[in-house]
Order: sequence, then C-alpha cells, then structure tokens
Amino acid sequence: MSTHLVGQRVKRLEDPDLLSGRGQFVDDLNLPGMLHAAFVRSPVAHARIQNIDISEAAALPGVHIVWTARDLPANMHNRRLLLQVPNPAILHTITQEPLASKETCFVGEPIAVVVAESRHLAEDACERVNVEYKPLPVSPDCETALKPGAAVAHMEFQDNIAAQFTLGYGDVEAAFRAADHVFQDNYFQHRGTANPMEGRGVVAVFDPIFHNFTVWSATQSPFIIRRMLVDMFEVEESTIRVVAPKDVGGGFGPKGMSYPEEVVIPALARELSRPVKWIEDRREHFLTTTQERDQLWDVSIAVDNDGKIRGLRGRLAHDAGAYVPWGIITPYISTTTIAGPYVVPAFKFDTTAVFTNKPPTTPLRGAGRPQAVFAMERTLDLVAQELDIDRAEIRRRNLIPAEEMPYKMGLIFRDGAPVIYDSGDYPKCQAIAVERACYNDFPARQKEAREDGRYIGIGIANAVEGTGLGPFEGASIKIAPSGRIVLQTGAAPQGQAHHTTLAQLCAEELNVPIESVDIVTGDTNAVSLGVGTFASRIAVNAGSSVKIASRTVYGKLMKLAATVLQVREDDLEMEDGVIRITGEQGDSVTFSDLAKMMNGVPGFKLPEGIEAGLEATSYFQPSQAAYSNGCHIAEVEVDPETGLVSILRYIVAHDCGNLINPMIVDGQVQGGVAHGVGNALLEHLYYDADANPVTTTFAEYLLPTAESVPDVEILHLETPTPNNPLGVKGAGEGGTLPAAAVIAAAIEDALRPFGVRFRDAPILPHQIIEKIAVANQ
Amino acid sequence: MTDGDMHEVSLTVNGVQYDETVESRWSLADFLRHKLRLTGTHLGCEHGVCGACTVLLNGRSVRGCLTLAVQANEKSVETVEGLAPTETELNVLQQAFWENHGLQCGFCTPGILMTLTEFLRDNPDPSETEVREALSGNICRCTGYQGIVAAAMDAAEKLRNSGQ
Amino acid sequence: MKPAPFQYHRVSSLPEATTLMASLDNVRILAGGQSLMPMMNMRYVMVDHLIDLNDATDLAGIRVDGHSITIGAMTRQRDILESFDVAQRAPVIVEALRQVGHIQTRNRGTIGGSLSHLDPAAELPGLMTLHDAMVTFSKEGDQRTVAMDEFAMGYMTPCTEPDEILTEISFNSWPVGHGFDFREFAQRHGDFAIVGVGTLLTLNSDNRIDRIAAVLIGIDYKPVRIKEIEEALTGQIASEELFREAGESVRKLNMMEDALIPESYRKQLASVLLRRSLISASKRATRG
Repeated sequence: MSTHLVGQRVKRLEDPDLLSGRGQFVDDLNLPGMLHAAFVRSPVAHARIQNIDISEAAALPGVHIVWTARDLPANMHNRRLLLQVPNPAILHTITQEPLASKETCFVGEPIAVVVAESRHLAEDACERVNVEYKPLPVSPDCETALKPGAAVAHMEFQDNIAAQFTLGYGDVEAAFRAADHVFQDNYFQHRGTANPMEGRGVVAVFDPIFHNFTVWSATQSPFIIRRMLVDMFEVEESTIRVVAPKDVGGGFGPKGMSYPEEVVIPALARELSRPVKWIEDRREHFLTTTQERDQLWDVSIAVDNDGKIRGLRGRLAHDAGAYVPWGIITPYISTTTIAGPYVVPAFKFDTTAVFTNKPPTTPLRGAGRPQAVFAMERTLDLVAQELDIDRAEIRRRNLIPAEEMPYKMGLIFRDGAPVIYDSGDYPKCQAIAVERACYNDFPARQKEAREDGRYIGIGIANAVEGTGLGPFEGASIKIAPSGRIVLQTGAAPQGQAHHTTLAQLCAEELNVPIESVDIVTGDTNAVSLGVGTFASRIAVNAGSSVKIASRTVYGKLMKLAATVLQVREDDLEMEDGVIRITGEQGDSVTFSDLAKMMNGVPGFKLPEGIEAGLEATSYFQPSQAAYSNGCHIAEVEVDPETGLVSILRYIVAHDCGNLINPMIVDGQVQGGVAHGVGNALLEHLYYDADANPVTTTFAEYLLPTAESVPDVEILHLETPTPNNPLGVKGAGEGGTLPAAAVIAAAIEDALRPFGVRFRDAPILPHQIIEKIAVANQ
Repeated sequence: MTDGDMHEVSLTVNGVQYDETVESRWSLADFLRHKLRLTGTHLGCEHGVCGACTVLLNGRSVRGCLTLAVQANEKSVETVEGLAPTETELNVLQQAFWENHGLQCGFCTPGILMTLTEFLRDNPDPSETEVREALSGNICRCTGYQGIVAAAMDAAEKLRNSGQ
Repeated sequence: MKPAPFQYHRVSSLPEATTLMASLDNVRILAGGQSLMPMMNMRYVMVDHLIDLNDATDLAGIRVDGHSITIGAMTRQRDILESFDVAQRAPVIVEALRQVGHIQTRNRGTIGGSLSHLDPAAELPGLMTLHDAMVTFSKEGDQRTVAMDEFAMGYMTPCTEPDEILTEISFNSWPVGHGFDFREFAQRHGDFAIVGVGTLLTLNSDNRIDRIAAVLIGIDYKPVRIKEIEEALTGQIASEELFREAGESVRKLNMMEDALIPESYRKQLASVLLRRSLISASKRATRG
C-alpha cells in the first residue's frame, strides 16, 4: 500500500469548520418552535422540601409550563436515575431523582423546571418559584462524615458510608515486620471541577407520529444516556435516538455521566410537543456537574535500607458527594493505581467512599489516578529524604524491569481479571526523562541559583495508567454509492480528533486519501451498540474496530472486483477508490461502481459467494486494559516571600504504544499537563462548613491560563501493546497523572532550606507562606 | 415573543448591514448567535472571564457577554465568521492554528482568534511572553496553550513576511 | 445566566444623563460594563433603569493643564494606558494598568466605572488615592468635588449620591524624575490582586527622600495610604534596610480576611511588596 497515514502528523479534519465559526455545538441548534428551559436549584446543601408554590411563575407571560417532581410522568415518580456502574461493594445505591421531591442533598440539585419562550423569561420565572426548605444537618466533608454521630447526608441512612472495600495481596503484616524502615504520612487532594469551556446542554424533540425521541446532548456517552432514558421512560431502545452533536466543547469525564436534565428535557418536549433546549450556564456547571476528589489518604510504606519497597498499606477516604451515579469507579481506580510502576511485594488498602452534601464525584481526567500517583510519589519522596537516597535513584531501584513484562502486579481489577501490565519499559522511560532534564546536573544549578537568592527545585514522578477499557466500542464502514466511505461509530468526540484519527486508520486500510472518508460520531442510530468516550478508550476500542471493519470491507471490495474483472485478487491493486488489474492499462472498477452493484439492482443476481452490502461492522473487545506509562520531571522556581510558583521546565517521557497521529497525542499530553498544573497550583473548590460552594465563578475558581502553563517537552517511547491490533494505548489522561505530584516535589525541593513538606494539592501561595512561617518558628 | 424593553439596532457584522429589534437585556453574543444565527461566537461563562465570546467592536476586542446588543447600534462588529477570505479558504491566522494544532474541541477558538486578530494588528512582532499575556483573557481547557502560542507566533511571522 | 429585565436609556451627553437620572428610580449607570454586567448577568444586581454613558463623548478624554491631569469618567483603560501624557507625567499609572484585566476588558473598562465599582483590590482607585486625586460628581443643576480620601464610604460603596454621576477625576503629576513603582500579587495575570502596592517618591542629591506616597490595595475595603510610614520615611536616606523596616512596619495594620485568603498572608504580601516597590521606585528616581 502506498498511502501512509497512520503514524503521521496529519492535520485535523475537524479544524477548518471550527476555525471558521462553522462548528456545530448543542447550543447552535435552533429548531423551529423551540422553547427554553431553566431550572430552580436548591440553595441549601441539605433540606427537606416542605412546599413549592409555582403559581406566580406559571402566570408569567411567555411561560409555557412549570414542573416540580410531582408533575413528572407518572412512571418516574419515586424513581431515580439509573446507576450506570453497579458494584457489590456499594452499600447504598442512591442516585438523583430527575427533580428532587422531598429532600435536597446538595446546593444546585434541581427542584423545579420552567419552560418559556426564551431563556431570559425562563430565568425570570425561576425567581418566582417559591420553595420552602426545612434545613437539615449537613455532612460537609469526608473526614467529618466518618466521625461517630456525624450528620447524615441522606435522611434515610444511618451513616455516610456509601461503599467499603479492601484490596490487597501478599503478606503485608509480615512485610512490615521484616522491613528495615516504615514511614507513614497523610495526603489530601481537594475537590476540583472539569470546566470544559462548553457546559452541558440538551435539546430534545418528540415526534408524536412515531412516538420517537431525539435528544441532542453535549455528552461523551450518547449510549449511556439512551440506556438511562430507556429505563426512565420505560420504552424500547428503538424509540430513543441520542446524538452528541458533531462538536462538543470538551468533556474530561463529567460529560460521560447521565444527568437529571437529560431526562427532564425530553419529558417536557413530549408534554409540550415542542422542541425544548436547556443550556447549562457556568454557575450551574459549578453547582451541578459532577466533580472529583476530596480524597484523604493514609499511606504507610515498608522499605529496606537500600530503599527497596517491601510493602504498602493504608486507608483511603473518598468523598463520593451526595450520590453515586458512576458507582465507586473513582476510588476503585485510585486504590488499584497507587502501587503504580513499582514492584510492591505486599499490599493492602481499605477504601471507604463517603456521602457528603456536595455534588457527586465521578471520574475527571485521570479518574482517581492523579490522587493515587500523588500519594505514592510523595511517599517515595519521603523515603528518599529519610534514607538520603536520590529521588530518581530510589524510583529506579523499585521500577518494574522491562524483562518482567507482562507483569501481573497482584491486584484483581473490577472486571474480575488480574491486573496485568501488558508492556512497556519503565526504567528506560525514566532514564530518557532524566537525561533530557539534565537531572543529574541539577544540584549544581540549584546551588548556583541559591547563591543568587533564587529558590529552584526539581521533582520527578512516574505513573502507569490502565487505558482502553472494554467491553467494546463499535464502528461500521460502508462504501456509499458515490464511492465515498462512510465511517460510523457510537464514540463521541469532545476535541480528541476522532474524525481525523479514525479516518486515518480507515483510509490507510482502503488506500484512499483521508478526505474520502465521511465520519458520523456519537449517534445511537449510527451503530446499534456503544459505550462512551472516557477512560482513554477510543483509540483502542473504536480505532481497532475501524481497522477490523475496514479490512473486512477491503476484502469484500477485492473479492467483488476480482469477480467483476474476472481476475485473481492477487492481480488487483487498489488506490484512491479504484481497483485495477495490475499492469499497464489494465481494466478497472471504482468503489462507486461496486457500491451501486451491491446496493442491489432489481432482478439482477449478486456474484456468487458475495454477501449483500459493501459494509462491515466491528465491535472490538479488548481482552484487558492496555497500560500506558510515563515519567514527568518539573523544574520550578518559588518566591519564598510571596509563595509564587513558576514552572521553568516540564518534561514528559511517555509510552502509549504506537502513535496513530503524533501531533494529536502531543496535544493530549500537553492538555493533560495543563489540567495537572491546575490541580497542582490553582484549582480549589472551596465550600464553607455548611457545604455551600464559595467558588462558583471563573474569578474565584482559577483555571490555568496561557501564562500558567509551561511548554511541555515530550519524549515518546513506543512499546506496542499486544492487546489490540493497533498496538495503541490510551493517551488522553496520562499527562495529568503525575503532574500534581511532580510539581509538589519540585516546590518542596526548591524550599528545602526551609524544611517544609507538602501533603495536599493544590498548593496555593498562601499555604506555602504559612508552611515556611511554621517551619521558621 | 413577550414584550420587553425593545430597541431598534442597526449595525454591520462582518461588513453586512443588519437592522433588527432586540430586547435591551440581550447580550451582543446572544444577539449574534440567536438572532443573526452567527453561532461561531460562543458563550463560555457569561461573566467576562473565559473570553470565548470575544468579538471586535469598532475594531477593538470586547467580551460579547458583557456588551449589550443595543450598545452595538451604529457600530461595526467582526466575528470569527468574517475571518476567512472565502468559504473554502482560511486566513493566515486560521491556517496557522490548523498547522500548529492550536485547537482541540474548538469551543474557545473563535474568541482566541478574535483576540489575536486585534493583538497581531497592534503588535506585528510580538515576543512569546507578549503573546501569552495577550492570551491571558482567553481560557482554553484542552490544549495547554502550546499549540495556540506556536500558531500565534507562526501567524505573526507569516503576516510580517507577507506585508499584511 | 441572563439579566433581569430593565429599561435601557442611551444618552449622548452629561446633561442628558443628569436630567434622566433626576427623573428615574432604581437606576444604574452603565459605563464600561466590565463589573456591572457580570453582576447583572448573575442577577446579583437588578435595576429598573440602565443609563448608558458610552455615547456621552463629553465624558471621555484626557486633559493636561500644567501639572494637572484630568481624566473624563468614560475614558477607557486602554486609552489611558496608551496616553502619551499619562506615560510622561504619571508612568506609575501605565505600569499598573498593564496589570488590570486583559486587552478585552481594558478596551471597554473605564476609569469612572472602576472608581464607582470600588473593588477593594482595584488598581485605579488605588492609583488615584496615591495621587491625592479629586473626584467630580454632577447632578442636575449641581456639581461637587471630593478628595479620594473621602471617596469611599464603605465596602464597594463610593460617596456618590443617588442622582449623581461621577464625571471626571483630576490630580497633579509628580515632578519629572520622580521614582515610581506599582506591583501586585495575583496568581494569574489580570486577576484582581490579593494585595497591590503603588509608590511614588522623589530623592534629593544626597539620596534623601524629599517626598513620598505609598498606597496599598486589597488589604481593606478601600485603598490605604500609609501616611505614618510615608512621614517616617520622609527625610531619610533611601536604603534597602530602610525599606525593609518600612515593609515590616506595615504588618501592624489590620487587614481583611476572607474565605480564601487569611489576614496573615495579606500582611506578608503587603510587607514584601511594599519593600520591593520602594526599592524599585528609589532606583528609578533621579537624584537631585
């Protein structure tokens, strides 16, 4: 084949439209007769709803309907949203109601909804819905919530324990008894948000003739929403079409969940027989879109004099928020991630997911892994300091050697299979990062800087990430009568350039220019099954499906062409939509000819042995996760008088297997690091003691800007995974994983003369100053 | 439509004259998006921080969410839809974004392009530090800004070389 | 996040505005809108009437008369930043304005709007306090002028009467060769500062401080001139040690505490920034 697209820095197919204002985001849909919804949301974290008076709101001109929980369709009464990921460790499987009926459990929970001629009028009416709340005691955070006699987050439960599980292997007690040293510390990571630049949004239409719903949602997972709607409306799958618009403005995890608004808006569209739109505003995003973190770690490590790890144990308290819509995936992943790329012979962690009166926490770029990496890497830094071993060296001594791949690390994953790191060379990955960073020269540079009164520091951290989780993601490839190739997948992109990468894979197999491929993503009518875009899984799952389906179509094309041209397939070559007999001036047939033929000409017979239709669908099912890994090194300067941290250099050595498009992978890594910089230095969701949010604007909750984020120097290792036909591993989250850990380490190193240690993230300037002040006392 | 405080507005957008009636409380961004159906301008925060709604008003970049549509009366507005010379081409800045992977989800991109359109006109030979400062009022959650900064520097150079 | 309804009034001159002000209730002035519009979008502010001064060209512009500089209330931050006169006579304002918001907000934001909003951490009220500026208000048939010292009545509350409009602000420039510095601490460029410091000083030929002014923003509900410290420094020979002591002494002031930032951190920043600012200003001053 002459077309080489895979592995190339192919420019994105998505860009010309997005650069010209021709994107198609959910709020860009303007349908005839469309009405606009706004929600009345709880202003208190925990209360009994005593009474709701909608009369004033309903009477406002321009208002079409006002609903409270009792107005929802009868079959939704006393019904909560589908728990998408069950787990036997969950003790209370509570999710949200579409509208809270009796009890509200976090600030922002929807209580009522107004539909009006415009969003402005809908908001006017929301101000006039009078709700009487009887405040209830509040469960404010995961530490307080676990204390005996703590206020409960839900009236119906006796305590705040959402789930509890223990994971482990080996004889931890013996390992700790036998070790030369045991070190312990606690770590805390504060809540943060996804804050994609586009919030959530839903547009719904109900067709009264066919009794069908069409629901557009700015989602990562149209199939997950359909599954919920089927459950809530008690209708057949075929009557609900969920579409993620061609463009979705970022996701990062929380847009993979299914939400109350995605049920209420379609119900209203059916009730009113009009299209209804709801667009989440930024305040609503801060109040209602799922968040991540508040994790409290207690980590003990047993090591020998040479720094070799003998055992790891501890406890994790995870703030689940008020509900568990995505089960306990986040704390589960956190717990299975902490051992990371290191040989840990014995392991035991007790994990508790805790209800609080705050928005639910679900996976957010990294899905609990950045927290685990932070806890482990901070622990290794502690050991290095106590044993006076260089921080890179102690890691090198404990990294899993390349020759031990595939490596069964000891834990059982949530799918019941053992966790097996499939491939990679962790020591080499660290070594190239160390070399690029001139890590070994750093002490000299640091000494020199300190003589000038500058405090610079370096940090290093490693991470491993299970990516490309199953069960499957499908793709179908079809040759249209025009000869163009139609690629359909349920996977929904939010900026990851699925169109480009999937088209690259398809075009390479069929030896056509990438522009010949038309792509439909994120539509439940495009393929019959789908899961969603999360867990860095699309390149692996949908990508592999594209390759397999494309090969099948290739086979059909060749077989058919051979029949038509009456030669052997070996005598044919395929290029740019034409299959011709090899050699000069051979006969040829085009994709278009073949597609028309295969569409069926009435009365004519298809060639012998050829199935109808020039199309194929594949649902690739990975045998298990593919493990990416990376080593990050950051160099920072800290102003010990103001606490200002500047990142001077940031290096990422990264192995996500084969690269389909290195430019796009680099972008994913850079974006991931930027998210990590936010986690490390800026993003802190404050709540007061009554779980009222304090940071609900971009002026209070600080996202990284162009001046906060350094250029990232990226080094790629490409160790293909044997677990999929592409040899690829996920790349969407790895950039975030070690970032907070490595920045914390660098800050600590810069401030070594003051003897301060950092156990929390983010690290804010005033906290740095406080630490220095305490250390100086 | 329910009666509000309605006003006549007469303005040009990307050189096209529009005469419309709008309620006073409508932002310029909402007006462009939902009245004129120019949906390239996006609303990301509606409180003036994220910069996604940035458009040029009489040649100067402004927050579309903090400007009322009535305030654009008798003024010229430029939006992302007006940048490309033709339907099938991109201008130098847009092209630089394409080549330097300056966008991922593309939601913040129109605002960033408009900010840089003004900035590069005023500062044809900026340093990277100046570019980053100019971008400080536009938040991108996807890219980490590396491709955006590279695109701005690339566009600046190409614009200088082409004498534009 | 859409504003509540209001009646919009566009005026093209100050007299038109003051006449309208006198006849309406629950009215707010719309200047650059960079603070008011977010509050209206979030419905923290709901008004019956909005009077838009953006077409009142008689309120915009910078006039220089000898040492006196007068800036019309509707002058945009961008235009002040790019003013040759301001750069020549009050360079500290240019230095500070670079740190105010972003290009897009400076293109709209006005000096009158910033003063009237009176955020405790806003740079322009601080700069005007630093320059002992006088603020002029107009209402139908009347006009008055107050000193910046008396301008703030409370947290985000200037002394503007209900039917008054802030029309201009004027101050005297410092002598040519004066030292100046403005610096602030914010985690990101363009954010409201946690603490900011502006300093002006003149030095005589033996490096003694002839005259000095220093202002802190973000530490109290209004900009704070540290008059006692200014007096203590006057007549002293400029030195890093002297400025370190000045920095230390500012910790004695009571400072704000909020949900995000403790008082102790504000004191630390005030102390460090004041010291650094004084050192920088003295280095920039021409001796003699």
